Amino acid sequence: MENNKETNRAPISQKPLVIEKGDKDAIGGLVEIEINGKPFKVPLGTTILDACRQQNIHIPTLCHHEDLCIAGVCRICVVEVEGMRVLPTSCSFPITNRLKIKTSSENVRKARRHILDLLLSEHYGECYSCHRNNNCELQKLAKEYGVDSYRFGHVTQRRHEIDRSSYSVIRDMDKCILCKRCVRTCIDLQEVGVLEATHRGDATTISTFMDKPLADVVCINCGQCINRCPTAALKANDPSDDIWRAIDDPKKHVVIQTAPSPRAAIGEEFGLPAGTSMTKQLNTALKMIGFDKVFDTNFTADLTIMEEGTELLLRLKKALVEKDDSVKLPQFTSCSPGWIKYIEHFYPDYLDYLSSCKSPQQMFGAVIKTYYAQLNNINPEDIVTVALMPCSAKKFECNRPEMNDSGYKDVDYGLTTREMAQMIKEAGLYLPGLPESEFDNPFDESSSGLIFGATGGVMESALRTAYELVTGRQVPFSNLEILPCRGFSGVRQASVKLENVKPEWSFLEGVDLNFMIAHGTANAKKVMEALKRGELSNIHFVEIMACPGGCIGGGGQPIPTSKEIRAKRAEAIYKEAAGLTIKKSFENPAIAKIYAEFLTDGPCGHLSHKLLHTHYAKRGKYIP
Amino acid sequence: MPIKNKSVIFDRENLNKENPKEFLYKALKMSPSDLILEVRESGLKGRGGAGFPTGTKWMLASAAVSDKKFVVCNADEGEPGTFKDRVLLDEFSDLVFYGMIMCGYAIRANKGFVYLRGEYRYLLDKLLKYLDKMHEENLLGKNILNSGFDFDIEIRLGSGAYVCGEESALIESLEGHRGESRNRPPFPVNTGYMGHPTVVNNVETFATVPIIISRGAEWFTTVGTLNSKGTKLISVSGDCKEPGVYEVPFGISINDILKLVKAENTKAVQVGGASGHCVPKEQFDRALSFEDLSTGGSIMIFNESRDMLHILKNFMEFFVEESCGQCTPCRIGNIKLLEGVEKVEAGDCALSYIKELIELGKSMQLASKCGLGQSSPNPFISIMTNFENEIFSQR
Amino acid sequence: MIEIKDNILTQEISELIGKYGNGREALLPILQQIQAKHGYVSEFAQQEIANALDIHPVEVYGVITFYSFLGNKKKGRHIIRLCRTISCDLAGKDAIIRTLERELGIKFGETTKDEKFSLEFINCMGMCDQGPAMMINEQVFTQLTPHKIVDILKNFR
Repeated sequence: MENNKETNRAPISQKPLVIEKGDKDAIGGLVEIEINGKPFKVPLGTTILDACRQQNIHIPTLCHHEDLCIAGVCRICVVEVEGMRVLPTSCSFPITNRLKIKTSSENVRKARRHILDLLLSEHYGECYSCHRNNNCELQKLAKEYGVDSYRFGHVTQRRHEIDRSSYSVIRDMDKCILCKRCVRTCIDLQEVGVLEATHRGDATTISTFMDKPLADVVCINCGQCINRCPTAALKANDPSDDIWRAIDDPKKHVVIQTAPSPRAAIGEEFGLPAGTSMTKQLNTALKMIGFDKVFDTNFTADLTIMEEGTELLLRLKKALVEKDDSVKLPQFTSCSPGWIKYIEHFYPDYLDYLSSCKSPQQMFGAVIKTYYAQLNNINPEDIVTVALMPCSAKKFECNRPEMNDSGYKDVDYGLTTREMAQMIKEAGLYLPGLPESEFDNPFDESSSGLIFGATGGVMESALRTAYELVTGRQVPFSNLEILPCRGFSGVRQASVKLENVKPEWSFLEGVDLNFMIAHGTANAKKVMEALKRGELSNIHFVEIMACPGGCIGGGGQPIPTSKEIRAKRAEAIYKEAAGLTIKKSFENPAIAKIYAEFLTDGPCGHLSHKLLHTHYAKRGKYIP
Repeated sequence: MPIKNKSVIFDRENLNKENPKEFLYKALKMSPSDLILEVRESGLKGRGGAGFPTGTKWMLASAAVSDKKFVVCNADEGEPGTFKDRVLLDEFSDLVFYGMIMCGYAIRANKGFVYLRGEYRYLLDKLLKYLDKMHEENLLGKNILNSGFDFDIEIRLGSGAYVCGEESALIESLEGHRGESRNRPPFPVNTGYMGHPTVVNNVETFATVPIIISRGAEWFTTVGTLNSKGTKLISVSGDCKEPGVYEVPFGISINDILKLVKAENTKAVQVGGASGHCVPKEQFDRALSFEDLSTGGSIMIFNESRDMLHILKNFMEFFVEESCGQCTPCRIGNIKLLEGVEKVEAGDCALSYIKELIELGKSMQLASKCGLGQSSPNPFISIMTNFENEIFSQR
Repeated sequence: MIEIKDNILTQEISELIGKYGNGREALLPILQQIQAKHGYVSEFAQQEIANALDIHPVEVYGVITFYSFLGNKKKGRHIIRLCRTISCDLAGKDAIIRTLERELGIKFGETTKDEKFSLEFINCMGMCDQGPAMMINEQVFTQLTPHKIVDILKNFR
């Protein structure tokens, strides 16, 4: 399951109702109800909200989010149910008997309007000076209900300081409406547990542990809370002003790499349906904005596969041939900076299981400020590297002190999809209307690195390369699409048998290469707990992505998010990948070239280790 | 501090003659369904104030299918002006515990909790000692009085949160969470403590059950009104000579209560605590009952010298602080009502704005998540309506 | 990474876990015990409890800040809680406020310099028939008068 609606941590009251079979009111599992005088049947246990939506009756919601467990706290979705003294919330009300429901009676309309007026009275600031202007659920409701004045006053003073401590996530509690979506995201969906409602009554607020700055607690920077915030209480730390400055500076050579997931999603910021790929239009836009070079992160995704695949094979050799007990298996992927911070905090004793490979973003930074600078005879000091990522954790990642192996800050700025869209709009461009153009040399060829964006993509890419390296044959899947890697179930496991291997890999003959894929840190937790219990001894390789759905569901992606939207974005990526002629990382000519010209001691060689690999910090979860 | 008037039910001398242990013995000889039937026929309604029929609640919990069920005694008596449960727990804890055991027997639960408000911690040692004694006498534990029924009672303390008197918030608190009320449905009788069917009843409700079992449902129905059977403990405070706990039959008028407690020059009576209604002098012939003036037991008396706005402000400050803060109408609504009172106090509030706030209060009554927010506008609405002249003529 | 060495609090918490179990429902009883013994639940204690119950420290913090009788900051050894609700108010709460503040030299919400007393308000404590009423720690005092206050405080100095 993708979202953890049934996680143990969700309060019992917020779990979906389980209907006992043989309920006396159930007739064939359907219940006849009446909404606004119109009768129809719904499956037993359907919420009133879902029933109304099925009938195209719009019910306003704020605290409800389909990825999250029920809260029923904003109360905006109240409806009238015949025979009830009070107005129940439709989001929380499971239909178990013949209800007569009214969705817009006088009492309902009045109550909703009152609730809206109350929220607005406590909501600091004005819409035009807000980054969620035009994409705010509260603002949208205010328009829907024709709010034209502050009936119960309006706060004029800030009451909270904005928490800008984090490289990734900024919290402005003056914009918070206490819907607790972030709390449910952080505690239930991601099981990170940084945010919780604290205090009581008028003092109720959403806090970190002991109200500490976000940078000082165990936040993994995944930004899933941002994606689910209905207002502007949460946002990513936006570096676009600095990037504009660099672009405007003639001395600076500004280079941007774009990851596949933003390209599959940025169209949404321009009103296009989810799943519309904008890769080539984006190349044009970035050039028009003033970036000197536009590169494809796929290049270093392919590089990651080479390095990580080699690392895995070396580990297997050490373990199986040399019987070296110190080798840790399974090897875990390390491309997701949210996952890295998660394991550093929550499983600090298991860091040796992580691949030492940097993420594609950081590899690219190091390559640009060394290899690329040499090739083009540019002083690395003058190069500014920007990474367009679907991710808020990438901002923290590029600011890690160890990420300067090029001798400079490898990646200067991590930019999210949302921020990129903003820059494009500010430049006066309408992205979907732009002509297509290609990526710049020398990193212009793309292969399976593209599918890194969806959960399972790293694994699928790695298998294609590793299998062929070991056996000399392609993976035995039609069109090389390793379907067990795809899909959205939270933890999945599969294996590929290695047979008729090349002589140098003879120790792998007949071995079932077992792999696991998990996305969302709640699922990562399940995997880690299984590892702790010693249940993963037969697994060789594990891919983990911190965000539900993988990078396409990242914390820097367009808002809103839903299961459906994430599936559409993944579809776009797989579609684009299906059209590629090169499907294996080692066949990417740019990869062959860099190993021939620059990383001459090969994957996991000396220079690779210096530039492309890293180490991790035992952070632990205790806060001083 | 005993009950101040001659009681029908809570009279220790009488009870000792009847020997309360015999009540339990009698109950455990009945079949669970007969026991529930007896409680149903008595017409007993929840003494916490909401007045849900106790027998029906027990029947629903009894019908719910689960391997575990729980009985919870709500001793989080926090409604301003209420202290009758304190007296019951101090002097009639045997009846409270017997009532819980009977409930457990009726719904087939083996575990009961008393959720005792932190403010009553000083009662804890005495209660624990009494539970030990019950264990020794085989009134608790395994095979109670050789009936084959096992039941145990654990006392859990609250930690100072009024909202935990709301049954679902109480259950959240028992589970170790913030005392934030739950969505209903599902109701605790189906999905209560740890997701299991749970009966939550007030201290007085449990204490009344053994008497009903002993004297019969029919006897119980001879006292009270058509829809409010039996007697009610009331906690009287404020401007009167004899404040304290009284046992009165349902149907008694405010006037009669005032006579009983020797109150003079009374201007208004707050029935049902801060979340109740403020009754002006013209309505003192109204009766205490679920049909008319419903109360968990709080009667607060205000004489002619009192400033009604000051009283209202005190109530609203209480709710602003004690709202659990999760739902919008209650969290922000109460702030707005208090701000309204402060504006009036400062002589800076249009009457039309008060009317607007009364409308807001009505929405809060309908749209709040739990009883706290649904009833917190009551004092605002009743005081602003009944004492509009007084409040606005002075400012 | 902070390594947690053997610590008296850790020991205490593990004893409480032994008594109340490691389920979430044990949280309030454990917090109440720590609060009673130390007067507050420290940052470290919160994290240790969270660790023992396999919940997040911020959840413990959320619970502590919800309940009036739990605190995360060190307060005076004796916490005086005066009822601020209407019956006690009508019975003369304001005079008691003034007396307490004068006698202790602090305002409500504050702690004396010698960390002996903290002054707080409490909402209705069920002594409405005997107001004004207050609690010092767990002890209840009723029908207060300014004169009585002076005598009561003497016993706690």
